[in-house]
Amino acid sequence: MSPDMMFNLLTKALGQTLQMVVIAGLIGSLIGLPIGVFLATSGKGELFPAPAVNRVIGLIVNAARSTPFIILVVAIIPFTRLVTGTSIGTYAAIVPLTIATIPFFARLVEAAIREIDTGLIEAARAMGATPMQIVFKVLLAEARPALMAALTMTMVSLIGYSAMVGAVGGGGLGDLGIRYGYQRFMPEMMLAVVVVLIVLVQLVQSAGDLLARRFDKRNRKN
Amino acid sequence: MTIPNAAANAAPPEEAGQAPIRPLAASTAAAPMVAFEAVTKRFGEAGGKPGFTALDGIDFTVARGAITGIIGRSGAGKSTLIRLVNGLEKASSGRVTVDGVEVGGLSEHGLRDLRRQVGMIFQHFNLLTSRTAFDNVALPLEIAGVDKKTIRDKVTPLLDLVGLGDKAGRYPSELSGGQKQRVGIARALATSPKLLLSDEATSALDPETTQSILELLKRINAELGLTVLLITHEMEVVKEIATDVAVIDRGRIVEAGSTFDVYASPKHETTRTLLATALKLPEWLRNGLKAQPSVGDRVLVRLVFFGETAFKPLTGRLVSELGSDVNILAGGIEEIGGKPFGSLVVSYSAAPDVVERANRFYAETGLSTEVLGYVA
Repeated sequence: MSPDMMFNLLTKALGQTLQMVVIAGLIGSLIGLPIGVFLATSGKGELFPAPAVNRVIGLIVNAARSTPFIILVVAIIPFTRLVTGTSIGTYAAIVPLTIATIPFFARLVEAAIREIDTGLIEAARAMGATPMQIVFKVLLAEARPALMAALTMTMVSLIGYSAMVGAVGGGGLGDLGIRYGYQRFMPEMMLAVVVVLIVLVQLVQSAGDLLARRFDKRNRKN
Repeated sequence: MTIPNAAANAAPPEEAGQAPIRPLAASTAAAPMVAFEAVTKRFGEAGGKPGFTALDGIDFTVARGAITGIIGRSGAGKSTLIRLVNGLEKASSGRVTVDGVEVGGLSEHGLRDLRRQVGMIFQHFNLLTSRTAFDNVALPLEIAGVDKKTIRDKVTPLLDLVGLGDKAGRYPSELSGGQKQRVGIARALATSPKLLLSDEATSALDPETTQSILELLKRINAELGLTVLLITHEMEVVKEIATDVAVIDRGRIVEAGSTFDVYASPKHETTRTLLATALKLPEWLRNGLKAQPSVGDRVLVRLVFFGETAFKPLTGRLVSELGSDVNILAGGIEEIGGKPFGSLVVSYSAAPDVVERANRFYAETGLSTEVLGYVA
């Protein structure tokens, strides 16, 4: 295989990976965020007390998180077909990736919000804030650095997950590595895929760290 | 127990009974700002189990325009007490009224309205780390739905008032403890409250910073006519700024009155203990105290000078009257509620004749005294 061909295959696969990770990451995080906030605020005596609902959602989240991703991909094929009209291809792969992102991100959001000093919630209540105002003006605002770190972690995990969706013809870098590098005995392709993935993860992590630091005003030096 | 303040006691009759909830503005100047009537608070009550009684039959009023201190050891119930005022905690029984409105009878919406009229400051400041000093002060106004321009017009003078006009753009992590509490105070004042609640506001600060924060609270009370209710475990704080004080112990108010009276003649054991730490008796002296004298012991007496006696040369006369040596162990002259207040701890022979001569001298001169104990 000529270097040109290899390059073309790599850029195409990188494009597919980015497409899957970005779309699944954004949609999954947007849905996961309110679920995470709810998990963190619906315990007994908290802002939106609903301990029973909290337990049920907690159970569902745990169940989704303990299902191996490759099984999730196959198990939800009917749902995928319902959403995208097909069960094969990059778009079809975005559905299980999104579904896997939601509980993952929700738990990270919950942890980020539970980190916030309860004194701040009390202060906001003493000011006459509504529970919704407390969520937006206190919890989400104060958790911004931790939420940024959670989003970074989610994106990095998604890059890993996206390697598995070759199983349903999702394409992407992982799929390229398996089909060419492993099944067609092309170690140079395998190496190229791994290098590209390492660089990609590094970039995402650095960008995330930078943003998280920018949001974090807790340890500012003069 | 009620603070002996004529104005505070002259509540209109309908306030004593089950008065309908009246608008906050319709109160009269004579009514107390805050009133507790037979208030009890229990925690962890469930399925017939009694739970823990944090407050037990609190009857107490906070006079309008005054600075009232509630002092007690940790766990005495003072945090719970102050949180009943703005509804952060609900009373198990009894009534808490703020400016004539019963807090327990308010809806969530009514409670939020009330909280905008009651500012609160905290021991650990509770500032948002993600907001600058300016934006922290602006938060209660944003919550109340005030527009941006009005917020700017309101926040800037408040930061000037607390002496942080040049720190508007700083984040809490860039400010010292005292500066953070100043931001907290400005924030509590943002919605122009009529009552300020202070929850151990100086307990995390060093003595010098404590002093400056207390000065600020005093100034705000005088300039804005704001009623202040503060809780603390430090007698120094009460002595410094409170006009009235209540002593709370194990969920009950054991003593209340003007700070001066309570300080000059403490009646309850808890008050005396709290005062003893404020008096700074040397450790060896406190530890060696006995309740009963034996032969050859010396009696330890606290002499309190205030009002007329503060200006008379009584100590010198005491020595000559007793015909026995008098040892001065501790003492000082302070100002409480603007009045001079001196206290002197002396010891002299506990022999019956000496003690009798001393008591005669005290009765004659009107000197207020308290026997602290006996030492060998």
